[in-house]
Formats: sequence, C-alpha cells, structure tokens
Amino acid sequence: MNETPVRYDATTPRVDRRAFLKLGVAGGAGALVAACGWDGGNAIRPNLLAVSRLNDWAGEKILFSPTRLARTYSPAERSRSLPSYFISATTPMLKDPRLWRLRVDGLVDRPLELSIEDLMRMPRVTYTVKHHCVEGWSGVATWHGVPVSAVVERCVPRATARYIEFVSFDAGYSNGWDWASALHPQTILAYGMNDNPIPAAHGAPLRLYSPIKLGYKLTKYLVSMKFTDRRPGGYWEDQGYPWFAGL
Amino acid sequence: MSDVPAPAPAPAPALAPTPGRVRRHHWIVRLTHWATVVLLAGMIASGLQIYEAYARFGNRGGPYFPSPFNDAQFPAWSRLGGWLAGALNWHFALMWPLVACGLLYLSYLVASGEWRGLVFRPRDLRGAIEMQKYYLGLRKEHPPQGKHNPLQKLAYTFIVLLGTLSVLTGLAIYKPVQFGWLTWLFGGFQAARYWHFWTVWIFIAFTAVHVALVFLVDPHSLAAMITGWYRGRFPSHE
Repeated sequence: MNETPVRYDATTPRVDRRAFLKLGVAGGAGALVAACGWDGGNAIRPNLLAVSRLNDWAGEKILFSPTRLARTYSPAERSRSLPSYFISATTPMLKDPRLWRLRVDGLVDRPLELSIEDLMRMPRVTYTVKHHCVEGWSGVATWHGVPVSAVVERCVPRATARYIEFVSFDAGYSNGWDWASALHPQTILAYGMNDNPIPAAHGAPLRLYSPIKLGYKLTKYLVSMKFTDRRPGGYWEDQGYPWFAGL
Repeated sequence: MSDVPAPAPAPAPALAPTPGRVRRHHWIVRLTHWATVVLLAGMIASGLQIYEAYARFGNRGGPYFPSPFNDAQFPAWSRLGGWLAGALNWHFALMWPLVACGLLYLSYLVASGEWRGLVFRPRDLRGAIEMQKYYLGLRKEHPPQGKHNPLQKLAYTFIVLLGTLSVLTGLAIYKPVQFGWLTWLFGGFQAARYWHFWTVWIFIAFTAVHVALVFLVDPHSLAAMITGWYRGRFPSHE
C-alpha cells in the first residue's frame, strides 16, 4: 500500500517522524480503501476465510441439530414464483433423459447407478418449506423426492466416508456436504416440485433439496453422489462463500 | 431545582467547578467503546453490501414490507467487502469480536456495580423530563446530575437494548432453522431481516445525536473516554 512516493535524501540520515507518520496514515487509509473496495485484499482475505472456516465448524458442531426439523407450510402458502439460476449459458438439459442415471460411488461398498424410476420406487418424502437464498430472498415451495439417507443406506458407505460430493451436469457445478446435514431427514433428492416433475429451470431431472441449507448448497441437475473422506469444495464455496451454509 | 421534588436518592449536586480531575472510565469501558465504534462501522458497511444482493423485504412474489430503501444502492464508500461473499465474510468475522466486546462491557458493568449509574429506572423519569426541558430551553440551569443524567441513562440503556436486538435479529436470520423460535418471535425470516436492517439506522441516528451532544454539552467527556480522566463540569462519581 506504499503508493505515496517517498523521496530519499542521502544528506539527511534522520528519519522525519512527521513524514513517517503521514506515510503511515496514508498507507492505512489506502489499505482501508482497498479493503472497502474488495473482499479484504490479499492481506486480509485469507484471515477472513480462516474465520469463515471457524464459523463452518461452529455451525456444524455447535449450532446444528441433526434432528431439528425446519418449519413446514401448507401448499396454500406457496410463493407465486421462485427464482432459479444455473451456471451454463442456457438451461442445462439432457439430450436423452432416458439415458440419465445417478451414479453413487466413492467410499461405498455397493456403488449404484439409479434411474429416476429406481429413485421413485424408494421411500418418498413430500414437504412444503421455505427456501433461503444467500442473497436474502426467500420463498415457499413444495418438493418431493427420496431422502438422501435412503440412498446412503442402500450403497453401504465405508466407515471412512465423512462427506458427500454432489455433482451436476451444469458446467461442473458441485457442492460438498457434511455427513450430518446430508443425513438430515429433510435432505432429499427431489424429482418433483409443486406437485409436478421438477422443471428444467429448477434442476430436472433430479436435484438436491433441503430446508436446512442455503440455496447454493442445493445442487441441481444431479449426476453423481461421491462419498469421500476429504472435504469436497464447491462452485461458490471455492470462490469464498461459506462452506457449511447451514440454516 | 425549584419546581421539582428531588428524586429519592438524589445525587449530590456537583455543579460548582471543581479543580483537578476525576477518574471517569475504566479501561474496559474505553476499550470496548472504541472497539465497538470500529467493529460496528465494519458491520454496518458489510451489511449494506449484503443488503444490495436483495434490496427489499418480503417473500418472493410479495407482498413487500414498506421501506424507503427498497432497491436502494448505497454509495461505494459506505460498503465493505466488494461483493456478497466478501461482505458476508467480513460480517461473520466481525460479529464475534463485536459480541465479545458487548459481553465484556456488560460483565464489567455488572461486576463493578456501575450498571446502577447507567440503567434507566422508573424513578429517573422525572429527572429525564427536567433534562429534556433544559435541552429545549424551558429551564435555564442544567439540572444537577451524577455521572450520567437521566436522559443519558435512558440513551445508554436503550443502546444496550438495541445492540441486543441487533444480535438476536442477526441470529434469527443467520440460523433461521436452528433458532426457529427466535425467527418466529420476530415475525419470520423476512421480518427479522427487516428489523436487523432497521437497527442500523437507529444506531446511526443515536451516534449522530451522541456525538453532537458530546461537543455541544460536555466536550470534556470525549477526553474522558480516551484517557479515562474527566475534568469537565459534571465531575461527580456515583
């Protein structure tokens, strides 16, 4: 932040305290401006991210209850619209939906390839809940699908599995989830929204849904669930958004 | 003091100019005061950046809450973080030292007994009215007071409650499922967001009045908040 030009004078070896002070103030103000204009700059940003990791830890280990359920609403309370977004330039769509399978692999004893029909034959959960976006908006919608816990039960994860990485066909968008949140009874692989098959804008044919995480953790356009022992990153998480993002 | 019966435990009138100085603020009070100034400024600036991501209140599809700041964009100098993620990280990093400051300050007030001179109680009401008369020019001489006059007590009690409210509304929108009861108490997620946002403007208004009164009424109190020593015209301890 030493953009203020400093003139060195070989004949005056004494440090001009006043100039030094001015430089410090200018440097401090410069750092502050840089910080205000950006997310902390190279000096502060790593510290902010370190605190964010601490908040992830507190969110997961102290504040999160694996059994507390998010409030549910009646279908009459649904919002008239719920915004959607994707990373690709156009709505991600499958060329041939019949060929789509959800791959379940990684640290599991029984890797799976599940079709939508397979998933529909598994236990089904329906709820009307509030969706919270990191931006600050919220909206109520109904979702139905199979609990992630039912898939976890079927694929027999190894003892070393601690995270699940949910991967999409939307330009590589993905999210890493902690074990307890993934196994929460309201965390589902949703194939339906507001009593209909999930629309393309909201993640057809299958998306992750849960009222206990912010929207950006709810991977749309799913293609695989990978069980890992290392914390997987994610599209927004890798850019600085909180990783845990639990509500 | 003519038309008013003195409040029960009236503080000794100490208007006569006293030579020398008195010890006024403990270092914990001074430290937490100035740290709060910096941290709160950071919280507000990052909060304004966060607000920009969705500059209104109410579920998608409406109805929206009445607010003069709908779709407002605040000037760049007032925002911290650069973008939503940067602002969130600032906000969620500064919240810890800010809450720690608040708790340290409150613990000090309780442990030292100084809360007695700060908490506004019903018996301060009459004195508060007298102070208000003085400020409005309805009475000439400044009513006698201890360390803080009743209006100050009202203001400082209020600001502690406001701080508590901003922490609780913040918690209600940070973890609306885990603290669902709190979110419900504030009228839901969007309403909690709304109140959280409004505490900002009340803080700013408080600060404006607070700073104005320091310079207009008792400039020595500024030095006291820095050095701990007070040499102004209200030198009594309590």
